[in-house]
Amino acid sequence: MATLTINGATIETDAGDDTPLLYVLTDELQLQGPRFGCGLAQCGSCSVLVDGVENRACVMPISLLANKDITTLEGITSYYAAATGTGERRTTPLQDALVQEQALQCGYCYNGMIIKGTELLLNNPAPTEAEIRSAMNGHLCRCGTYPKIISAILRAADAMATAKISGADNQEETA
Amino acid sequence: MKHDKPFLVKRRDLLKAGGALVIPFQLPAMVRAQALRDPKAGPPDPEQIDSWIAIHQDNTATVYIGFAELGQGCSTALLQVAAEELDLAMDQVATVGLDTHLTPNQGGTYSSSAIRVGGPQVQRAAAEARQALLAMAAEQLNTPAESLSVTRGVVSGPGTAEISYGALIGERRFNQPFTGTAPVKDPATYTLVAAPVPRKDIPLKANGTYLYIQHLRLPGMLHGRIVRPPGQGAYRDGVRIVAVNEDSISHIPGARVLRQNHFIGVVVPREWDAVKAARELEVTWERPSTLPGNDALFSRMENGPTNDRVVVDEGDVAAFDEAYVKTAFDGTGPYQAHVPFAPNCALADVSDSAALVMCSTQDVYNTRTSIANLLGLEQDNVRVQYHEAAGTFGHSCWDDVAQAAALMSHLAGRPVRVQFMRQDEHGWDTYGPAHIGKAKASADRNGKLVSYEYEGWQHHWSLVETSAQTALNTPAAEWPPVPVQQVNPLTLGGMYDIPNRHLLNHHVDGLDYLKGAWLRSPLDLSFAFISEQAIDDLAWQLEMDPWQFRQQNISDYHWRDVLDAAAEAANWQPRPARASNANANRNSNTVTGRGIGVGTHLASYGGAVAEIEVNTETGEVRILHLYGAIDAGLVVNTSNVENQIIGQLVQTASRMLLEEVTFDETGVTSLDWATYPILRFEQCPAVTPVIVQRLEEAPSGAGEEVMAAAAAAIANAFFDATGKRMTMYPFTPERVLAVLA
Repeated sequence: MATLTINGATIETDAGDDTPLLYVLTDELQLQGPRFGCGLAQCGSCSVLVDGVENRACVMPISLLANKDITTLEGITSYYAAATGTGERRTTPLQDALVQEQALQCGYCYNGMIIKGTELLLNNPAPTEAEIRSAMNGHLCRCGTYPKIISAILRAADAMATAKISGADNQEETA
Repeated sequence: MKHDKPFLVKRRDLLKAGGALVIPFQLPAMVRAQALRDPKAGPPDPEQIDSWIAIHQDNTATVYIGFAELGQGCSTALLQVAAEELDLAMDQVATVGLDTHLTPNQGGTYSSSAIRVGGPQVQRAAAEARQALLAMAAEQLNTPAESLSVTRGVVSGPGTAEISYGALIGERRFNQPFTGTAPVKDPATYTLVAAPVPRKDIPLKANGTYLYIQHLRLPGMLHGRIVRPPGQGAYRDGVRIVAVNEDSISHIPGARVLRQNHFIGVVVPREWDAVKAARELEVTWERPSTLPGNDALFSRMENGPTNDRVVVDEGDVAAFDEAYVKTAFDGTGPYQAHVPFAPNCALADVSDSAALVMCSTQDVYNTRTSIANLLGLEQDNVRVQYHEAAGTFGHSCWDDVAQAAALMSHLAGRPVRVQFMRQDEHGWDTYGPAHIGKAKASADRNGKLVSYEYEGWQHHWSLVETSAQTALNTPAAEWPPVPVQQVNPLTLGGMYDIPNRHLLNHHVDGLDYLKGAWLRSPLDLSFAFISEQAIDDLAWQLEMDPWQFRQQNISDYHWRDVLDAAAEAANWQPRPARASNANANRNSNTVTGRGIGVGTHLASYGGAVAEIEVNTETGEVRILHLYGAIDAGLVVNTSNVENQIIGQLVQTASRMLLEEVTFDETGVTSLDWATYPILRFEQCPAVTPVIVQRLEEAPSGAGEEVMAAAAAAIANAFFDATGKRMTMYPFTPERVLAVLA
């Protein structure tokens, strides 16, 4: 029996120690954010944050995750609010920017794009285009939406800077 | 049918979880839409308005559409068309997923058909529904229909009299024939069509609540995995099991081996156990060495037996002999894979007399037939539902996985969810076929084309999926059985005014090769890669600018406009190709070049310009910027089509630089993203999409028509940069260095 902390909630699972985190998230908890893409840590569709660092849930056995804070796409708004000290909203600035850019096509890779993009923006709130390409390079997209993702991350960085200056985020509703 | 309820299982309440963890599943729109439907097998009668449109009491409408949302945005675009004619707003219209019990049969969603074919049908159905609604309102309001106007589904007459669509007919059937005679709107009055209307699915996809096929569960289901050799061999050989050691997975709780002839899989209650069971099951395979392997592929295709057919024969290509400039250019294109980002997945619940199959087929009615045949069931007792997966850009393994799920549910006596693993998808895809092309062309001293010849070798699409082939011992077979899938007259010189033209198709028997199917802009990248390099060579020999050379050989305004739109977007300054490394940057060992090309797949028109950089030391090619212009007739959703162009340009860059299925004599060896790499963020070019909008023309498809042009532009840019021509793609460093040596 393993105990995991996922999106701030403590859960217990009887999955075997070798079970990759992804199968607990999808098969047991039926979360929709992290998703199977390759099972080989090559594509990024299963990405989660583990103590704030993007990791591939498809190859990470749950035995390594005791006492770690796991954040999935379902918990990304709370995580972002806590990390930035802002009020929680229904979506993050990056999610808003992706919608504004109409960036997605099939959208299957966007769990990973949002997880990795959020990690990037929290570490580097004003990334250059080259820094975005470098940070995101381990995430694949078969539809070829990379140019729109780059634009959306730049747009989100602008929105975050504006919110910080105006303090607008603190005025927002909490979810 | 044993199912008459929505098929989504509620979240299992296995674990205590905090509020932040749990998000509710979407209630499928299907539940509501079903209320107006007979629960009998479709397709619904296309000659009834009720088969297309249902009006609800809350003054909203459900539009039944026979095309699949693949991430191209067609579900939003077709709703734009319906809302435009119905005078509804976008927040008042919804559609449902494809379902053989609900949605009309409009044929499959391929060949850029959703808007091209579906748009006019949905438009006329919506116009006819509106006409019927106005007739009802006229009676209710006691005023002539001509005096009525509609805003957001509220019909207004003279004075203050008004009544909503919902009040007129909400939740009741029209019971009127769909004659197709109602007048449609003048394009000049469009407010929703030809605009960048935001897609309805994008916010759900961005916040993680969108349901993909991979998210669905059936009550009491088992997790299934297929077991096959790691990569396919020759199509004819299929899969041959020599021996199975079932004890090899006896340590996995609840694991069962399911086998029918040479079809084999495992089912297990827990998903991770299914992954392990499939990996650990010991199967001995017969693996004959019958493939040519990459090294002997093209010599076998060219030297083996072929079924030949003349596709175009105009004028007399003997004019070549007397022409002022001549070129002969031969090249090849590799097998390339669909490899959707999510490996295919399907769920099935099969009883003795009926079956439910949930999958991501792009043609539910065709899949229904194949499942009925596979299980020996009456077609009307098979229900097939489409649920979106990752974009596959052609016929990937969706039918194969649907058949596998149906077989495994049948064998297990339980509902089964089958998820292909990455190597199943990469190794057992129906690949875009390899191609050999030989072009000959000539021009006179004024730069007018005199003759054009092309002969091409390739095989067809595979008809029998591997699941059916193995389970029923069905012999491998190609589709179509007669050679109509062939060298494309549109992309192969069809844009130019050429008095003498000859196209010859050599159909190679595909049974001795890899499985084949249409991959986005099927074969056109190879056609244009070869054909447009030949055209480019004539321009160079004439010391002419390649844009201007093409301009003076094109009289069709569609082709001229996409050619010019791409060139103008790229700020193209006329000059002959440099064809040398005169532009070399000595510090970085790089040379730059630019190229232009035109091409298409079906009825639309594509033009493209590429700017590239070649490292002459390492052989690395970087594509710096791609400009792509499309004329797709009326563009319903300009934002969607811009995204389609961007996706086509990026995928073309990927396919020209990186993608090639590798195989030896026994099977495919490119089985994941390391052995079959695709373009990444750091390699991605800047992209400029350009739409040539034609409000007065019919939509002609926008899903694949820029790729051939872009492939050609990249190849021609390589010549401009280096003075050498690539005869094979992808442009790997090894191939580039060999050409530059």
